[in-house]
Amino acid sequence: MVQAPTPPTNRIGLTLGDYKGAPSTLCDGCGHDAITAQIIKAFYELGLAPHQVAKLSGIGCSSKTPAYFLNKSHGFNSVHGRMPSIATGANMANKDLLLIGISGDGDTASIGLGQFGHLVRRNLPIIYIIENNGVYGLTKGQFSATADVGSKQKGGALNEFTPIDLCGLAIELGCGFVGRSFAGDPKQLVALIKAAASHKGTAVLDVISPCVTFNNHEGSTKSYKYAKEMETPLHELGFIPFYEQITVDYDPGTEQEVELHDGSHLRLKKLGNDYNPCSREEAIVTILHAAEEKKFLTGLLFIDESKPDFVTMSNLVDEPLASLGQERTRPPKEALDKIMAELM
Amino acid sequence: MKTLAAEGDKKTEQGRVINDFSIHVATVNGSGSQSSNSVLMRSIFQMGIPVSGKNLFPSNIAGLPTWFTIRVNKAGYIARRCDNDIMVAMNPQTAVDDVKSLKAGAVCISPVELKLDQFRSDVKHYQVPFTELAAKASPEQVKLRKLLTNMIYVGVVAELLNLDDAEIAKSIESQFAGKPKAIPLNVNAIKVGRDWTRENLKKDDPYFIERMNETAGKIIIDGNAAAALGCMFAGATVISWYPITPSSSLCETLIDYLHEYRNTEDGKHTYAVIQAEDELAAVGMALGAGWAGARSMTSTSGPGISLMSEFVGFGYFTEIPTVIFDVQRVGPSTGLPTRTSQADLLPTHILSHGDTKHIVLLPGTVEECYTLAMKAFDLAERFQTPVFVLTDLDLGMNNWMSDPFTYPTQPHDRGKVLTAEDLEKLGKFERYKDVDGDGICYRTLPGTDHALAPYFVRGSGHSEKATYTEKPEDYKNLMDRLDRKFQTARKHVPEPIVDQNAQAKIGLIAFGSTHFAVIESRDQLKGTGTQTSYLRLRALPFTEDLRKFVESHDHVYVIEQNRDAQLRDLIRLELPEYAMKIRSIRHYDGLPVDAQFVTDAIKEQEKK
Repeated sequence: MVQAPTPPTNRIGLTLGDYKGAPSTLCDGCGHDAITAQIIKAFYELGLAPHQVAKLSGIGCSSKTPAYFLNKSHGFNSVHGRMPSIATGANMANKDLLLIGISGDGDTASIGLGQFGHLVRRNLPIIYIIENNGVYGLTKGQFSATADVGSKQKGGALNEFTPIDLCGLAIELGCGFVGRSFAGDPKQLVALIKAAASHKGTAVLDVISPCVTFNNHEGSTKSYKYAKEMETPLHELGFIPFYEQITVDYDPGTEQEVELHDGSHLRLKKLGNDYNPCSREEAIVTILHAAEEKKFLTGLLFIDESKPDFVTMSNLVDEPLASLGQERTRPPKEALDKIMAELM
Repeated sequence: MKTLAAEGDKKTEQGRVINDFSIHVATVNGSGSQSSNSVLMRSIFQMGIPVSGKNLFPSNIAGLPTWFTIRVNKAGYIARRCDNDIMVAMNPQTAVDDVKSLKAGAVCISPVELKLDQFRSDVKHYQVPFTELAAKASPEQVKLRKLLTNMIYVGVVAELLNLDDAEIAKSIESQFAGKPKAIPLNVNAIKVGRDWTRENLKKDDPYFIERMNETAGKIIIDGNAAAALGCMFAGATVISWYPITPSSSLCETLIDYLHEYRNTEDGKHTYAVIQAEDELAAVGMALGAGWAGARSMTSTSGPGISLMSEFVGFGYFTEIPTVIFDVQRVGPSTGLPTRTSQADLLPTHILSHGDTKHIVLLPGTVEECYTLAMKAFDLAERFQTPVFVLTDLDLGMNNWMSDPFTYPTQPHDRGKVLTAEDLEKLGKFERYKDVDGDGICYRTLPGTDHALAPYFVRGSGHSEKATYTEKPEDYKNLMDRLDRKFQTARKHVPEPIVDQNAQAKIGLIAFGSTHFAVIESRDQLKGTGTQTSYLRLRALPFTEDLRKFVESHDHVYVIEQNRDAQLRDLIRLELPEYAMKIRSIRHYDGLPVDAQFVTDAIKEQEKK
């Protein structure tokens, strides 16, 4: 009898399969499924405990995807554009949860722009992934607010309105981790997701994720063909988790290394440019120029590990608020007596 | 030294009105009159006389008219009164209207230069040179004169009514507790007013204050502060809010209390307060926190309730606990933000699209703002659903006399939450399965370290196992189970307070701040030979007590502060067979309802 080979396990003894979810119900070839695969891989390779993770989303095709990964984690499919507020409450209730929020361009850049902005502004610790395809898929192909000027709808209509650049906006609002990637670039994407998981604070990843059904045609700037042809990586990314020894010294002339909050490292191999993701000014200018030149820049656009996150600013007790017992949340009778005496 | 009022006593032995009148103070908002009014009210309270204060203010920071009414009542009635006995007309903008509004024989204290005596000869005028006196009270600092003018009228009123100097000094100390420099200045201003009055005026009105012993051991508090105390002792841990009148002071007071009583010795917080970007986010945060296991809450008023609508339906359907305070103001739309109303009863009860219904608690006193706030957290976690606590501007922002609050004896009810150990023992978990037959399922919290714990929350169709479903039978089962849960709630919500009068043919039903006008009206009616029973509702859904009460009377009057008789209609829906027995009395001009209004309305309808 031939025994099935034992699947490999990660540092906490789980297999890749332990990080999977229900089968996807999205269209075959959807960019979102490619992103889902990299989330599964990143969490598996990082060896994160699923029960410590909570996955959240809003409404739309992208927001369905938390059902397709991390079956062993709690999930929350909220209302359209309001996932950030759910995440904020969950984080305050249990600061030990690692939150991953999945949103789309409609969910974040249109109906949810307000909550997105305020989540970033508060530096809520969360991996916030926008699966950006420039259209509303679930309602069959209307333009979203990230569609480029001149981009063509499937029916032929052209978009004339200025697109909202969510990376530029996030940097403007003080986000300490901003990356842009492409569903068709798994190597870069998985490194960015791992780095985002190691960051303390809001990590925004804007991932171009072609909609094969409604926005993959000629004239679309969010199609596989367009993105593949136009993608200009800023650097090659390598992620070294905190639990792995850094053995090889990097060459500061051609590489840059960034240390993340948990002690992990991102190694950025320069690609014929001299981009420094630690400079906010440079990031903003680079994003503006890329838009003018119609370049699709990917990679880590900006990182700043020094900003305090919302949990730190909230000055909470060590134990999660959710599990505090009555002895810590109901002041003693003397407190009430004192208050009453003051009101007499 | 004999006071002016004491001198006057001799002349008016007959026809004196002692400890039973209303003082109406008209000022400009932002002029510091709030401190003066509060000193006046507290001084009377400290003299042992039941008192209540109502602030009628504009939606504005400075420069618009504002009124404060102090009702002094030896019998302990603390509802608004519809007419006033003593007017302090300090605001030139409204002075003419103010004096014209008085009944014959009333008193009007006003700045001499306004010459208000020309408008009413049937009113007793005391004209005071406030400008001159303010200059005397603050010879050097001209800027302070405006503020001190308000303390000078306290001195004038104190002298005319015979208020105790020591009690005034005590109120000033408590009013300016954090500002010791202000104390001598204000004490002196009162003295200036008092001295001038004694030397220059002749007491010629029937109103007197006499020391009583009816307030010893009582407290004065507003409903928002009382609710804030309830939240703190309920162990609220995540508080999200967006500023809106008249609810802001609930969370603001709560923040102050939390800082004082819920920080650890090293200054760490056992709570998180988030000022949200809007009410949508505020309730979203509260729900996110409730899902993750915290005792969460938010506080708002009408416009915020409208914005929360979608999320509240989500909370109902996905069964997430949170507590939402609605300090009602006048709608629709922006409405009158600084006026009171009870018109959110129906909207909150069924807030959101689809078939939704929510538990709504209805405190009628400041003490209940405290106790029902605590109860709301227990019910929210027990029933895993958003629970509303409805107060209103009158209850929430005005000062009310009350017995001191008692310390809770019951432990917090955290509801049906399964831990990893529970799951291990059970070997099975289905989030939306009605295991106990009461419609309430078991839940697990994110972070629970057990393979059975995780489930997926979704506002779309979900099965007992929390998986996605569009099957007709799954949807119907879910909706029926949610209704079963709501029926269970009938046995757990606070029961009404019923005063069943065997001789009464008619029953009165009211909720919330309407209570105080109703109890006074019942005494008025009794005085004219009409006996009444009284049921004060404290929650939706209704309990069985309601049917019994309606059954046992010829007809009942539902008294409420909204245009459309929202409670009356809910009762008719609940008891269709008695629909014609249920009459309606509605007060909805933005001012708190008064007893005379209720009495007159009942007498009028009793004729039919």
